[in-house]
Amino acid sequence: MTGLERFQDAFLKPELIERYWPDIVSGIAVTLQIAVAVVVTGLALGLFLAVIRSYRIRLLNLPIIVFVDIFRALPPLVVILIVYFGLPNLGINIPGFAVLWLVLSLVLAAFAEEIFWSGIVSVRKGQWDAARSTGLDHWQTLTSVILPQAIRICVPPLTNRTIAVTKNTALGTVIGVGEIMNQGTSAMSLSGNATPLMMAAVAYVVIFVPVVALGSWIERRFAWKRA
Amino acid sequence: MSALLDVRGLRKSFGTTEILRGIDFSVAAQELVFVIGPSGSGKSTMLRCCNRLEEPTAGHVFVDGVDLMAKGTDINAMRRRIGMVFQAFNLYPHMTALGNVTLALRKVLGKGREEAEAIGIAALDRVGLKEKAGNYPSELSGGQQQRVAIARALSLEPKIMLFDEPTSALDPELVGAVLGVMRDLKEAGMTMVVVSHEMRFARDAADRIVFMADGQILEQGSPAEIFGNPQNPRTRDFVGELSR
Repeated sequence: MTGLERFQDAFLKPELIERYWPDIVSGIAVTLQIAVAVVVTGLALGLFLAVIRSYRIRLLNLPIIVFVDIFRALPPLVVILIVYFGLPNLGINIPGFAVLWLVLSLVLAAFAEEIFWSGIVSVRKGQWDAARSTGLDHWQTLTSVILPQAIRICVPPLTNRTIAVTKNTALGTVIGVGEIMNQGTSAMSLSGNATPLMMAAVAYVVIFVPVVALGSWIERRFAWKRA
Repeated sequence: MSALLDVRGLRKSFGTTEILRGIDFSVAAQELVFVIGPSGSGKSTMLRCCNRLEEPTAGHVFVDGVDLMAKGTDINAMRRRIGMVFQAFNLYPHMTALGNVTLALRKVLGKGREEAEAIGIAALDRVGLKEKAGNYPSELSGGQQQRVAIARALSLEPKIMLFDEPTSALDPELVGAVLGVMRDLKEAGMTMVVVSHEMRFARDAADRIVFMADGQILEQGSPAEIFGNPQNPRTRDFVGELSR
């Protein structure tokens, strides 16, 4: 057996690919569902918090900053374990799928809030002055003048962070969510072969490369000629 | 003559630093008042208090008889009647010239797209830039950008226009067109308060010159009085320095 054959036997065995691809495909479906849900709720919540913060009401800003700092500091795995295994002791039972969605949404929201916020404050103050001087209120200024400029600045870091957080759907493995990683590692244990893991890797690439492409498309879409 | 803008006992502090130390002045309808003075004298802060972009620490600002500082006053409604033009133009970079001019017409006055664009085109025409309606700010010269900014304020049909050093950021050869637009406005009867260092323009267009230093108005009078025969020694120094 040559080296290449040994590698193929351990990582790319055709009969295992055939046997386990339905499992991986079902994992892809689960991962995609959670990822899309996380992106939607995480970014929406992050933007919402950044908008609240722009009103600069101290009583509201403090909890936002505390939330953001805690969720940026904690490893998502810790939170997932605490929520999934800890909360049932309080009589609160949340299904694994929902725990994963909830925790990753909060983590993404925390990072997204910081990114949106830095985008908002990076828009020159004169833009606020100009809009407010023509009678636009805070909300109108934010939505028509500030956010269109801020979001454009935010797209690259948001894309990176979104991908980083959604990849954490793989943590669903530890609480029995049937996503790609769980399917891959289960099949790996059953077959005693790493081929399913390679299939999982390919699945991740297939899912996330289009997301990266989408990010740069949005970046170009939001671009305008600058002085 | 009734005062269109009336500033009473205006004070403004940033932290412990007092920038405005009791300003009283008024501007009559159709008057063009020039505010001059050394940098740091509080001219811009005073102007920005006139539409509450800067929140006064004390005092009152009346525009067309309405107290901007009163609790029941809708400041956003008042601001449409107070046009403001900034040193840095502050055009919205993601919108065309026409988009810049029509934003407030649509969002604040609730006009439909067609009506807003008709008004916007007319306003751009007034500053001589009708043909640039579809251009983005980055495609315009500084002077053109400032004229679009003037059109943006004009389109709301303000009662009074505040100019905060409108030509200070412009290359010398672009200043003329902006001053030309201001001169047209004056002829059309617009009430204007101008903070600027354009002394030649002040001399032949202003009805009144206000000299500020250290957060106070030290002297005011006609251009002939202020430039020809200043009474206050600080005014004399400042004017003398300029004409050297």
